[in-house]
Amino acid sequence: MNRLAVRKLVSNLALALAGVATLIGLICLGAILWTLISHGLGGLSHATFSEMTPPPGNAGGLLNAIYGSLVMTGIGLAFGAPIGILAGTYLAEYGRGKALSAVVRFVNDVLLSAPSIIVGLFVYEIMVVRMGHFSAIAGAVALAVIAIPVTVRTTEDMLNLIPQGMKDASTALGVHHWRTVTSVIYPAARSGIVTGLLLAVARISGETAPLLFTALNNQFWSTDLNAPMANLPVVIFQFALSPYQDWQQLAWTGALLITITILLLSIAARSIVAGVKRGRR
Amino acid sequence: MNDTGRFQRLSIAARAEEDAAPLQIKVDIRNLDFYYGHQHSLKSVSLQLPDKRITAFMGPSGCGKSTLLRTLNRMYALYPGQRATGEVLLDQQNILSPQVDVTQLRYRVGMVFQKATPFPMSVFENVAFGLRLASRLPASELADRVETALRDAALWEEVGDKLHEDGRGLSGGQQQRLCVARTIALQPEVILLDEPTAALDPISTLRVEETLQNLRDRYCIAIVTHNLQQAARISDFTAFMYLGELVEVGPTAKIFTAARDRRTDDYVTGRFG
Repeated sequence: MNRLAVRKLVSNLALALAGVATLIGLICLGAILWTLISHGLGGLSHATFSEMTPPPGNAGGLLNAIYGSLVMTGIGLAFGAPIGILAGTYLAEYGRGKALSAVVRFVNDVLLSAPSIIVGLFVYEIMVVRMGHFSAIAGAVALAVIAIPVTVRTTEDMLNLIPQGMKDASTALGVHHWRTVTSVIYPAARSGIVTGLLLAVARISGETAPLLFTALNNQFWSTDLNAPMANLPVVIFQFALSPYQDWQQLAWTGALLITITILLLSIAARSIVAGVKRGRR
Repeated sequence: MNDTGRFQRLSIAARAEEDAAPLQIKVDIRNLDFYYGHQHSLKSVSLQLPDKRITAFMGPSGCGKSTLLRTLNRMYALYPGQRATGEVLLDQQNILSPQVDVTQLRYRVGMVFQKATPFPMSVFENVAFGLRLASRLPASELADRVETALRDAALWEEVGDKLHEDGRGLSGGQQQRLCVARTIALQPEVILLDEPTAALDPISTLRVEETLQNLRDRYCIAIVTHNLQQAARISDFTAFMYLGELVEVGPTAKIFTAARDRRTDDYVTGRFG
């Protein structure tokens, strides 16, 4: 066999291995989605969105959990987004080459990959213990702590994509740095920043561990931020582990809802990024 | 030299004669040195930019012409580790002095860059942006100033009916004239242009050059260009720089036909650079 044939063989072998690896990954993903759909879809009904989580043996839905998840994710984002965006702006615009920003960037990366249960324990310690009870607001804070590093990272990356020439052009018009940031750089990076926020929402909407230590759960309808609040991940966690079949069914349905939501958010984020890379808007 | 070149030289000579009016010095650069960290990029440069004239800076890449331009509106102050020593007098006032407010300075000394950078806003807002921040104008006056700036930049005919469309949707040449309009809307006294046509096609280049001709009798204009024909076509004075030094400056006709320095002559005749 000559050398060319060997090289061709090696190349084909590598291609085949890569193909197999991809296939395994896709099969796992497909299996997960299929399991969720086959188990969860059957339980999806009008009641899912209109009734509360039931006691065992009774019919019910997930309304209080869906509401709780929306509220805590929303408040978490309301705390996390401004902090994350401003910190990302500092890193990209003001902290270039400074030692502080290198430290902030490093700590942020650590936080980005920190296990979320640690975040849950941290908020438990600083809020739940001091307040003396679990609460929705503690849950929202825990979610904010998880959303911040994601937002910082994407904001910094997106602001760094804005050409220096655009910043220079604004400066040359006698525009102050902060005004350049708000009037020129943010609008130019808007879709990138929004994408980062969508990814942060996708990340926090499925978090269970931090809520287990903070918001806990609530069997009933509650809008009190100072009291425990139901939420999809913890409901799934408790119901799936229970011996009751109707609870298990609700857990499957809840899991399907979360997965679909995250899938849609990710697709939205990806299509926005694709639009950014194509150059316009 | 071919026929076109000869024709250019003649037209330059003719123009130099018609501009016999006494010159007023707008910018007086004295012993300017510039450092990027430890790199000594401008070496004791002294020259004067006359008002209501176009001065072209040429020279091989890295000779310091862009650096010189960025000193005149203190753009370099954005970057740590860059510093300038010497004096740059704008109407007798040293703009390198720390007492000078850079914002005020940049209202007086506008700049257009090589790459057209329309802001992410409408055509109208692109021109109005700096203006709004610089002065509180009533809406009608603002609209007038924007229109005047667009007319002066020879862009009004093309964009007058799409003022509210995104500035990034214009063609490359239009975008660059939009940047010129944005700069002159502030009614600066000096306009700096750093290779404004390097990324443009010949037709767009021509339009920008025409724009500069329109502005010539009102502003002190300094333009960096790699294009020798462009320097010859549009400038009244030409400065040749090499390795951070100002080799020679003089009326464009003289630089192109009878340079004093051998290096200048080699450069304008295409023997090096």
